[in-house]
Parts: sequence; structure tokens; C-alpha cells
Amino acid sequence: MPMSEPILAISGLDAHYGDFQALFGVSLTVEPGEVLAIIGANGAGKSTLMRSICGLIRNAPGAIRFRGEAIGGLRADQVAARGIALVPEGRLLFASLSVEENLIIGGQMGRPGPWSLARIYELFPILRERRRVPATELSGGQQQMVAIGRALMANPGLLLLDEISLGLAPVVIKAIYEALPGIVGGGMAAVIVEQDIARALSVSARVYCLQEGHVALAGNSGDVTREAIAAAYFGM
Amino acid sequence: MDWINAIVQGTLLGGLYALFAAGLSLIFGVMRLVNIAHGDLIVLAAYLGLTLSTALGIHPLLALGLVVPIMALLGYALQRGILNHTLGDDILPPLLVTFGLSVILQNGLLEIYSADPQKLQAGAIETASLRLGELALGYLPLLMFAASVAIIAALQWMFYHTALGRAFRATSDRQDVAQLMGLNRAHVFGLAMALALAVTAVAGVFLGIRTSFDPSIGGGRLIFGFEAVIIGGLGNIWGTLAGGVILGIGQSLGAQINPGWQVLAGHLVFLAIIAIRPRGLFPRMDG
Ligand SMILES: Nc1ncnc2c1ncn2[C@@H]1O[C@H](COP(=O)(O)OP(=O)(O)OP(=O)(O)O)[C@@H](O)[C@H]1O
Ligand SMILES: [Mg+2]
Repeated sequence: MPMSEPILAISGLDAHYGDFQALFGVSLTVEPGEVLAIIGANGAGKSTLMRSICGLIRNAPGAIRFRGEAIGGLRADQVAARGIALVPEGRLLFASLSVEENLIIGGQMGRPGPWSLARIYELFPILRERRRVPATELSGGQQQMVAIGRALMANPGLLLLDEISLGLAPVVIKAIYEALPGIVGGGMAAVIVEQDIARALSVSARVYCLQEGHVALAGNSGDVTREAIAAAYFGM
Repeated sequence: MDWINAIVQGTLLGGLYALFAAGLSLIFGVMRLVNIAHGDLIVLAAYLGLTLSTALGIHPLLALGLVVPIMALLGYALQRGILNHTLGDDILPPLLVTFGLSVILQNGLLEIYSADPQKLQAGAIETASLRLGELALGYLPLLMFAASVAIIAALQWMFYHTALGRAFRATSDRQDVAQLMGLNRAHVFGLAMALALAVTAVAGVFLGIRTSFDPSIGGGRLIFGFEAVIIGGLGNIWGTLAGGVILGIGQSLGAQINPGWQVLAGHLVFLAIIAIRPRGLFPRMDG
């Protein structure tokens, strides 16, 4: 275990949709600069965890701490201003905005840092070519690049990626994951939700497995065994 | 000649209707709020113009310099203090609350100003006109039409070329994702209502200069605004200008046939257009 203060510390997080409870006492930490993977079956609560962290679901203030500050009760825009950015499941680009406008609005808080429009276009050159096109007219893979670029434009300290390979062709997934090392690192920590377990383990230092709203497994990505994952995944 | 004159006068009147419509369209576009009190807010602006121009002894158009910021501030406060709390998945609460607001405004104005018709006095410019052959175009209607077109153009430009417009469009697309970009929805909605009521302030003062008004006429102005929005196509800013002008021409042609038919003819034009094109003449592509 690293000795430094975790950048994100979640403890005993319960999350609800109305009367339905989706997370039960979830606790986890993210260390500075670390890539953490979250895996779990459909409906396990992975997206709910992402939405809780970024403030789209409001929680007990102390349940989520970012750089020591209790943020569980803040609104999403307040959380964003503190440096947490989400690449949401399904991308959710702004249909009325062009590719470039989607990127610019991601940076509208003016947080300083390495990411700028020019650097996003360096990372994904195709977006420069297509910058005037309405964002939702792009192919799925290009839309995912916009969604990632939009989150990076905020120069976050913590980047949340929710199933960025969903619905994309394998070759496109490969291209996006190849861009990942150039994105994380340099001080930015990341939490990656990924259905493809092998991929999740290969890009991350540590992994958590959720099962029906509970943490069923936590360990170093290099050490966890297939059997342990299978048990955590399916509750066997 | 009378008919051409009717069309020209109707066009100029349509500029005013476009201003009624622009505020409605803006807030519906950004936050899906149908503001039943919109017409009464127009009348409120006219009374504000009256009070300020008489109290300060200034021209009503000069009073706009105060009426516009006052209405904008009022809009922001109204949105943050009341209307934001009514917005959600259910469309009924905002309708009920703005209906209640409409009743409160009408009764408040009645209490303060009585039911006597009032008019804003614009002085000599009211009777001055430009002669084009047999046509006489009043300078004031011309000026107000030009101002309306300029305001619509400015709104269109703001919507598509500024950070504020981008925030409006993003919030309109996906409120939750817009929050993730660091945009506080409550504030963005407040700004939209402030802008809408700033436009409404101009509409109210122009209305008060053109015709006499009393506290009860808000409902009619609301209907004209709605009709102009629907004719032009929901969510299309230039469309509100087209809608306003078509409604204005319809009304003045009706009045040309029979002075009593002005309002009725406007409604008939509206009905005819939605019968043929239910989504208006220029609907937004993605709407
Ligand atoms: N808006 C909602 N309202 C009610 N229940 C919801 C809502 N969103 C998710 N749920 C429920 O909460 C639970 C967790 O859902 P969540 O979306 O977090 O799962 P997930 O792990 O992200 O699944 P997937 O892999 O399919 O994306 C599920 O049982 C789901 O049905
Ligand atoms: Mg999910």
C-alpha cells in the first residue's frame, strides 16, 4: 500500500434511487496518479458509483472525500470545479453543439493544467478535421474520443471512465486504450469501469469488483486470481 | 393601396409580436418551462416604463435603460427564488405556479394602477412619418421594428456564438451532463430568465407606446406570443420573427376587411398554419 494520502477516499457509501438501494457500504481509495479498475456484472452498481463520486447522485457528505475534502453532498458542478471529470457511460455528448464546442464546454471552468484544445487535437487528430460537425454525427469511436477529450479539457485531478469500450468495434477499442497511457499519469488519477476483465486488469494497478452493490473483491491487478474474480463476479 | 398599407403595418406590428415570442421561446428552449405569466410580465414592464418615465420626467424609450435591467434582475430572482423549485420531471407544477404568478401580477397591478387604460407618451415622434408614395410609415413603428429585428439577431448570435449561448444549448440538451461541465443549472436557468425578461421589458415599453394598456391585457399578449412561437417553429429564434410578422399581417388584413376582425383573423391564420404544418414553418431539425 502506498504511504501517501489517497486522492479519493470513499467509506461506507450507500446510494439510492428513490426507495431502491443500489450501493451498500462501499469503501475504496484511489491513490494519486493511480489507475484503478472497477469491474462487476451488469447492474452491479458500477455506474451508480461513478455518478455518486461526481455528484450526480447526492450522498452523505463524509462518505466521499476528494483530496481530504468531504464532497459527498456537493452538486455535480461543484464537484467538477474541484477537479473530478466523468466520461459517462453512453458518452452523452451535447447534440446541439459541434465537436469543438463539446470540447470547449468541457474546459469552460478554466482549470489550469496540461490539457488544451490543441493537445486534444494532437491526441485525436481526426477530431480536428471534424471539429465543425455536430458531435452526435460522428462514428461511435470518434464520439468516444470527444467524450474523453471533453473530460480532459477540465484538467481533472481524477478522471472517471465508465465503459468507454461499450458498443465500439475491437479495433477502435484498441486505439482508444492505446491512447490511455498518454492521458493518465502526469499526476492525474483515473478510475476505469470496464466489462472486459483482462483489459481492466492490464491497464490498472488495483482492481475492485462490485457485486449487487457491495465490494466483493479488492486487490492488486497483478495478483488477483481468475477464481477469486469469478467468485466475486458471480457470487459463487 | 390600402391592402399594401395593411401588409406593411402588419409587418411592423409583427416585430412587436416577435419580441413577445422571443422571451417565451428562449425559456421554453432552455428549460422547457411554459411561462403562463409572460403576458403579465410584458404589462408589468409597460407599467414600470410608465412610472419611471413620469417620475423622472424622461422619454419612455430612455426609461428602457432602467426597465431592462430591473426586469432582468427580477427574472433572475424569480427563477432562482421560485421557478427553479418547480422544475422537474412533472410539467404541471411550473404551469400552476406561473398561472398563480399571472393572477398575482394582474391583481397587484390593478391595486396599484387601477383598471384605467394608460399609455406611454412618446411625444412628437409618435405622429412623424416617412412618406413613400402613398404609404405613410410612422417613424416610431419603423424604429421599433428595426429594434425588434436587431434584438432577435442579437439573441440568435448570442445563442450560437457565445459561451453563454453554448451553456444554454448544452443545458437544453442534457441538464445532468451540463452540470458535469461545471455549469450550475440553477444559475444558467436564472440567466435565461433574466435575458428573457430583458427582452420582455423592451416588448412591454414598445407595447405601451403603441397602444393603451391596462392590467387585464396580459393574457392576450401571451396568446399572441405563443402563436408567433408556434407559427415560426419551436426552438427557432428567427422563426419567432417570421411567426410574429405572419401573425401581424394576418391581423391587419383582418382589420382591413372589418375592424372588428383583427384578433380573430390572427387566430385563423394561426390555426390554418398549424393545420398544414403542425410543427410550425421552420421547426428545429432535431426538435
Ligand atoms: N435511474 C435509476 N433508477 C432506478 N434504478 C436504477 C437507476 N439506474 C440504475 N438503477 C439500478 O441500480 C442498479 C445498479 O445500476 P448501475 O447502472 O449502477 O449498474 P452497472 O454496474 O453500471 O451496470 P452496467 O454494467 O449494465 O452498466 C441496477 O439494479 C439498476 O437497475
Ligand atoms: Mg453502468
